[in-house]
Amino acid sequence: MNRKALRRLVSNAMVGLMLLAVIVAVLPLFFILLNLVIKGAGSLSLAFFTRVPVPAGEQGGGVANAIVGTLLIVGVASLIGVPLGVGAGIFCAEYPGTRLAKITRFLADVMNGTPSIVVGVFAWTLIVARQKHFSGLAGSCALAMLMVPMVMRTTEELIKLVPHSLREAALALGYPRWRTSVAIVLRTALPGIVTGTLLSVARVAGETAPLLLTALGSQYLTFNINAPMAALPLTVFQYATGPYEEWHQFAWAAALVLIVVVLVLSVGARLATRARFNLNG
Amino acid sequence: MTTTTLPEAAGAGREPVGLEGSRTGDRLFKGGLTVAALAIPILMAFLIWELYTGSRIAIERYGLDFITSGTWDPVAEKFGAAPLIFGTLVSSLLALLIAVPLSLGVAIFLTEFAPKAIRQPIAFMIELLAAIPSVVYGLWGIFVLIPILRQWIFPFLRSTLGFLPFFQGPIYGPSMLAASVILAIMVMPFIMSVTREVLLAVPGSQREAALALGATRWEAVMSAIVPYARSGIIGAIILGLGRALGETMAVTMLIGNRHEIAASLFAPGYTMAAVIANEFSEAATDMHFAALSYVALVLFLLTVLVNGAARLLIWRVSGPGGGGKGV
Repeated sequence: MNRKALRRLVSNAMVGLMLLAVIVAVLPLFFILLNLVIKGAGSLSLAFFTRVPVPAGEQGGGVANAIVGTLLIVGVASLIGVPLGVGAGIFCAEYPGTRLAKITRFLADVMNGTPSIVVGVFAWTLIVARQKHFSGLAGSCALAMLMVPMVMRTTEELIKLVPHSLREAALALGYPRWRTSVAIVLRTALPGIVTGTLLSVARVAGETAPLLLTALGSQYLTFNINAPMAALPLTVFQYATGPYEEWHQFAWAAALVLIVVVLVLSVGARLATRARFNLNG
Repeated sequence: MTTTTLPEAAGAGREPVGLEGSRTGDRLFKGGLTVAALAIPILMAFLIWELYTGSRIAIERYGLDFITSGTWDPVAEKFGAAPLIFGTLVSSLLALLIAVPLSLGVAIFLTEFAPKAIRQPIAFMIELLAAIPSVVYGLWGIFVLIPILRQWIFPFLRSTLGFLPFFQGPIYGPSMLAASVILAIMVMPFIMSVTREVLLAVPGSQREAALALGATRWEAVMSAIVPYARSGIIGAIILGLGRALGETMAVTMLIGNRHEIAASLFAPGYTMAAVIANEFSEAATDMHFAALSYVALVLFLLTVLVNGAARLLIWRVSGPGGGGKGV
């Protein structure tokens, strides 16, 4: 009897500990978001979004160059990475038994696990070292390489979820295979693929490490993607590690802008999927 | 009989209109997809080749001594990565030490104990942690986490566990321990979400059998569910290790960036990823570039090894495709 009570006590104590773990795990999220708002919101103004940084010691300035840079670099990265990822994903789902599908799937996993800084070194030797100058485009290529395996995986998994009866119905009506794949299978999986793509965009938008070796950063507003370019994560890094107090406030404000972009993309994507599909519960 | 076939049957022998064209369509379709699918093996082959050629002069000059030597002096062109490898391994393992109990606790709680209504919201919040960019963790670490650690946690550790060599010496802000704490927060969501997937794949009959034999709910978890999912959980942990090894920005901002092997966790250190981030765009000599490239090659091989092991273990439980979402 006593032993039974002890066992129940242990069980309840462990549940208590797990509850504590949940609280400890969720705490940083609130703490980080709260700090970002408290320390960053004060510096936000119209000028912050429309002007470029000023030299150390002067007041004011903004991150227009970094916002433009992030949009361009991530936009071009998506143009390169999304078609490759979706194409490879469709291939692996449509021809799953082929040797190429197996190799691609395996190497996509390796690619997904490759540290982003290593991809940065690759982009540097492949593009920057050959061109002999840093460029936003090299940054886009590095980010695209990080996107491909993510987009590919989502595409493959979502296409596999499309019921076989849909495909068979289309083939029975005399649709050729490619039209079945594009107009029926891909069309059905499209909302999920869009979500997965948005999640990967959100993920690479916050990437800093590969951009250090490729886009480098810039004090000027430029639309030339073949030149060194600023980006929001780079701005956060440079200003956070700088010596001046105004710089630190600037970094908090830039980080707040960055996190809003990233969270809007990833939360929006997740909520949209949840409403339509209820994937993964 | 042979001649009077039904009209439909006769039609079946004919090629449907436009099939000839659609065969070309099929071929084009498959061709386009093949190009996309080929891009991944080609890129990976290129990556390995470029890392190798980029670091060739360093490999030829230092060989495997690179891994065991401790001096890093770009001016004298002496390069050894031992402190970097040490820092990478120690910070990652220490991060796991903190993150594993937390993530397993949360995952088990969410799959076995939590009321249905709060499972989704909590899992969602923890997934949001994974969405926060590394550089934002770094910023938060410098200005919020380090002051807290320096003021409260480090002195506490020194006064209680100060007899151990790990908790002795002067307290700086940026340190191996600070980097490990931020890494722990960052890998926790990955370990949690993969563990949760693995636990969800355990058949309900395992739990029911244990409960039917009179086990408490905790005993059911420990005796029937966790053992069933064990290799998957270990896989999740190793996957977290793979993430931690390659994590760059937050670590660069918190570890103090000093080429040194120190026993004390309060002392600054350095990691492979951090040295590349800090020195690459400022490297002046070919040998410096090659040495950094060599570091990248070692880091790449290490993560491939670690991730491969994790993937094998996860596949054994939830089948290929499990644990691959990587948030």
